[in-house]
Amino acid sequence: MSENHGPLHVQTPLRASDEPYDPQTLADLVRDAELIVARYPQKRSALLPLLHLIQSVDGYVTGRGVTFCAEQLDLTEAEVSGVATFYTQYKRHPNGEYTVGVCTNTLCAVMGGDLIWDTVSEHLGIGHDETTEDGKVTLERVECNAACDYAPVVMANWEFFDNQTPESTVRLVEDLRAGKDVTPTRGATSVCSFKQMSRVLAGFSDGRADEGVGAGPASLEGLRIASGEQTYTRTAPAPAPEASKEQQS
Amino acid sequence: MTDLTPILTEFWDHPNSWTLETYEDKQGYQALRKALAMPAADLVQMTKDSGLRGRGGAGFPTGMKWGFLPPPDGGPRYLVVNADESEPGTCKDIPLMMAAPQFLIEGVAITSYAIGCNHAFIYLRGEVVHVYRRLLRAVEEAYAAGYLGKDILGTGFDLDVTVHAGAGAYICGEETALLDSLEGRRGQPRLKPPFPAVAGLYARPTVVNNVESIASIPPILSRGADWFADMGTEKSQGFGIFSLSGHVTRPGQYEAPLGITLRELVDMAGGIREGHRLKFWTPGGSSTPIFTDAHWDVPLDFESVAAAGSMLGTRALQIFDETVSVVRAVSRWTDFYAHESCGKCTPCREGTFWLKQIMTRLEHGQGTQEDIDKLVDICDNILGRSFCALGDGATSPITSAVQYFREEFGAGTSQPWWELFPPEKSVLFPVRAKETVSA
Ligand SMILES: Cc1cc2nc3c(=O)[nH]c(=O)nc-3n(C[C@H](O)[C@H](O)[C@H](O)COP(=O)(O)O)c2cc1C
Ligand code: SF4
Ligand code: FES
Repeated sequence: MSENHGPLHVQTPLRASDEPYDPQTLADLVRDAELIVARYPQKRSALLPLLHLIQSVDGYVTGRGVTFCAEQLDLTEAEVSGVATFYTQYKRHPNGEYTVGVCTNTLCAVMGGDLIWDTVSEHLGIGHDETTEDGKVTLERVECNAACDYAPVVMANWEFFDNQTPESTVRLVEDLRAGKDVTPTRGATSVCSFKQMSRVLAGFSDGRADEGVGAGPASLEGLRIASGEQTYTRTAPAPAPEASKEQQS
Repeated sequence: MTDLTPILTEFWDHPNSWTLETYEDKQGYQALRKALAMPAADLVQMTKDSGLRGRGGAGFPTGMKWGFLPPPDGGPRYLVVNADESEPGTCKDIPLMMAAPQFLIEGVAITSYAIGCNHAFIYLRGEVVHVYRRLLRAVEEAYAAGYLGKDILGTGFDLDVTVHAGAGAYICGEETALLDSLEGRRGQPRLKPPFPAVAGLYARPTVVNNVESIASIPPILSRGADWFADMGTEKSQGFGIFSLSGHVTRPGQYEAPLGITLRELVDMAGGIREGHRLKFWTPGGSSTPIFTDAHWDVPLDFESVAAAGSMLGTRALQIFDETVSVVRAVSRWTDFYAHESCGKCTPCREGTFWLKQIMTRLEHGQGTQEDIDKLVDICDNILGRSFCALGDGATSPITSAVQYFREEFGAGTSQPWWELFPPEKSVLFPVRAKETVSA
């Protein structure tokens, strides 16, 4: 993200970039689009992955990307834009190299997510869906990411950073900005760029499935109880209130 | 006394738990071999006999759903796996697909054969890139081993599986919105009937099932419908993954027969956070009415939870201790529903907007005396009048919280929640003195 985008946090219209793709990029896009379309019985189904593909090239859903999708799938640009604007993962303005999402749904918020959000937002000087001036980090408040047993949860390019604190999250964003490798708690061994991640979401494997753990510690708690590795104390159920009343009468 | 039953979670601790090799070492794909030698109708019957009910929230009997498909007419029929897992608190399908995706792939193959489907889809929420990698890899490995593709295991059965990533929208977990999304549209629910069984994906007969429902099929086939039906309670048979989060010593995944109680689960999880006590909890995600410390011993099966005034939902037990403001918790869920309302119907679109305004006022201690009744009144107007269950879900936390903690809502007319419940006391890490949470 070296070119100057102007104010990064302003909502720019979907048709912001109308400069055509260069011939090589276009040829690659056409080839990839054909592979995506081939996965489905009807080609319109390819639209969501195609939009991820556009983000893998442009870093957000550009005007030219919308045009490309419309042409590939015989849709109108309005139909494509209507879909692109419905889903939160499709960005309407240039995204940072890393999307950092702090879960602020109730469970994580209460367990510390709100404090993490406040700290990292203040630290970076940006709010929701805004990007640092160096173009590195776009900060987001995200909804429950299906990891509540690891609360508070932070996502970096949609890789899990479990059991976070304000300090660990500040360190995370600083390492990302400094170009240092960071390792998700459950995920690949390092966090790839927003564009690379978007290509995976378009359904193109990056060969990293075997990296990382199968399960984190919280996922294994029940298993540890069942195997006897973790012991515990049983407490007695409370007597049912109605039943005890009946006995008295 | 209930013991845990690690079945889907059995080998999650294996260093390469996600590979086909590990899965085959654990008897993986034996069930598929058995299935392909059976008449498809017997598999539907087996699933009915097992008593398996959908693990995605509503608890509809799985075998019965398969049985609703019209007789084959020569055209395509589809299986679509709902892997959108986005209901707040729910966190079982994602670790399952991360740790042991082959359970799901084998389940997809068996189910597809049972319902006469030759192209199945797995719709995964887009916000979990590593899980997508694992699923793509699992499908690739299954193709290479001849468990997917053409002429599977020499039986003449063909099956293609497409793993599709969504793009961030809770409503796409609703099965008909999911189908619209999979067709490349905005994810908005469809009018029912027709149900997906009759006109689903591309208007063709379609079964939509949750990840855990489908992953449970291989073990049921391997060990028998009776084995499964003997677990759990009379009408809520089998096992399920219970997800404990929040103020317990060891949050995590606990796979147990349905009918286990919160008390038993929290005991296993090492109790409520040291020095604290239970205040309120959700039995099945944020869309299920909250419970309190009066519900420690409610058996967590579909019937008992419903009888106690809530829903089993997705067995997402979010646990909050006495340090937590119920107004704050509910208000944040309300923000979520207002944000995720797809806008298709007026009661939910407008109603969640107003609920959010009022909850925010109450959070800041700026509510009025009428606000509590107004909340309940708006909920009344949404519940049962919305186009899909998202609207109903939005009312659950509010009406239940007002029922159990009305006085706390009353306090919201004069005092902000953070004065009554300093947020530093709820967080799971040590907080330095200067840090405080803003609303
Ligand atoms: C707003 C909303 C969100 C939902 N999200 C999910 C979900 O993420 N995963 C899921 O399996 N079911 C979800 N459901 C339930 C599905 O509509 C459907 O009942 C389920 O996928 C059927 O599968 P099952 O019978 O195997 O449970 C949701 C329902 C609603 C109304
Ligand atoms: S209830 Fe809400 S989410 Fe469901 S159709 Fe209506 S507006 Fe959309
Ligand atoms: S609430 Fe944060 S992951 Fe569920």
